[in-house]
Amino acid sequence: MKQIYLDHNATTPILPEVFDAMVPYLKEEWGNPSSIHWAGRGPRKALDDAREKVAELLNCSPVEIIFTSSGSESDNLAIKGTAYSKKSKGNHIITTKVEHPAVLSTCKYLEREGFEVTYLGVDADGMISLDELKSAITDKTILITIMMANNETGVIFPIEEIGQIARERKIVFHTDAVQGAGKIAIDTKTLNADLITISGHKLYGPKGVGLLYVKRGARVVPLIHGGHHERNRRGGTEDLAGIVGFAKAFEIALRDMKKEEEHLIELRTRLEEGLSEKIPHVKLNGHKDKRLPNTANISFEFVEGESLLLSLDMLGVAASSGSACTSGSLEASHVLIAMGLTPELYHGSIRFSFGRSNTMEDVEFIIEKMPPIVERMRSMSPLWDVKNQTGAKITFSEKSCTN
Amino acid sequence: MYSEKVMDHFNNPRNVGELEDADGTGTVGNPECGDIMKLQLKVVDNVIKDVKFKTFGCGAAIATSSMVTELAMGKNLDEVESVSNATVAEALDGLPPVKMHCSNLAADALHAAIEDYKKNQKK
Ligand SMILES: Cc1ncc(COP(=O)(O)O)c(C=O)c1O
Ligand code: FES
Repeated sequence: MKQIYLDHNATTPILPEVFDAMVPYLKEEWGNPSSIHWAGRGPRKALDDAREKVAELLNCSPVEIIFTSSGSESDNLAIKGTAYSKKSKGNHIITTKVEHPAVLSTCKYLEREGFEVTYLGVDADGMISLDELKSAITDKTILITIMMANNETGVIFPIEEIGQIARERKIVFHTDAVQGAGKIAIDTKTLNADLITISGHKLYGPKGVGLLYVKRGARVVPLIHGGHHERNRRGGTEDLAGIVGFAKAFEIALRDMKKEEEHLIELRTRLEEGLSEKIPHVKLNGHKDKRLPNTANISFEFVEGESLLLSLDMLGVAASSGSACTSGSLEASHVLIAMGLTPELYHGSIRFSFGRSNTMEDVEFIIEKMPPIVERMRSMSPLWDVKNQTGAKITFSEKSCTN
Repeated sequence: MYSEKVMDHFNNPRNVGELEDADGTGTVGNPECGDIMKLQLKVVDNVIKDVKFKTFGCGAAIATSSMVTELAMGKNLDEVESVSNATVAEALDGLPPVKMHCSNLAADALHAAIEDYKKNQKK
């Protein structure tokens, strides 16, 4: 069976070039980069080179890069690290309702630690309002953390403008750029962000490696105390192969970005048009233009997303859903709920996230296979009957979702 | 993640549909949770002569609905009284832990339909 991978926002495969670049640091160059003897010298040079390369790509200084174990760690370091270092100045943090759990859970944790957090809402397109942001700022605000692009809908927030607002009020600004990096240009000199999170495995690099850009002058209290690694900001002997792979992957992503963007938009546009044309009651979620080129979030009303994913999986198609039934916690997508979607819509949402390997053939395959799948599930759905007024009206129980 | 039996019932669900002259209907679940089951019965002489379901929910919800209709079909009402979520899950060779509540739903739908039938009888 042909396999079609349409879940690139979850993770991406390691590119062969990236893999090749990593291998020496899992084989011959196994020394500790901190050692001054012969075994450490090669690894030290590779670490320095990787840092310099990444710094060049972000237009910053190598000292402004902290390598970490993941996007999640970088988010934690940025948010907790700033909260703790600015504690004497205030206790208020501003974020949005649609952040990744790595940001949201960290903010929730800080609330329990005595910080106050404002969660900005979004409109039906998944967009935040800058006016709302401005009026949420108080004298106590020490940190604004707002993502660059949303992992579920692909919606891109106006990061430069947010950064400008933060700067005027002398508030530290962190952006989680995990989904943006490699798909949209990031120039630290114009982005107005003090802290930027990037993760390796979303841009065809290895899992378990991320970075936090920390603008010179911004201070983050370490999460991991240890040796002098990463200029005393993150203890732990470096995952050298991971870091080398990350740098290589980031370089390739930026090298090919324009070309990839055209390719991705072409595929996404055809998918959205094809499915909307062939299937009734389909809703495209997320801002039409201010959106990552690779992400399509589509609701198939009156059917449940897990059953759609299961049907797609049997055809070799991998995608994801915002339905409660696909999450271990049985909670539906907080992003789609924040956008005001009804349960019939958010439970029926499927995220198709394209990547390098996808072709127009893949798209045509989905456009052909999806209508009968949706039709079958709708023919079994009591909600579909209610909608068509062929079934009796349903009154719902108030029972909690986990029974 | 799912057993072969679950996948079989998901792909070829038994007894999907609606009964025109149902003697009892049970609807359980909640769209906010992503699951709604509607189960209908035709009862003759205390025996379930026909049963149909419609379900909005995950693969497990569809499979458990299908299985509960199989367990109920042709049975005496007293016989199915003991059908629980565990009975349904077992008959499907087990369910992943997070999906156990879907089998609750199926058993609940059956019992709600029987209750509705009994209520209708009293009228
Ligand atoms: C927006 C966003 N932030 C953070 C993360 C976490 O990154 P990692 O998987 O490297 O911890 C992800 C990945 O799912 C993401 O999409
Ligand atoms: S119906 Fe939601 S998990 Fe089964």
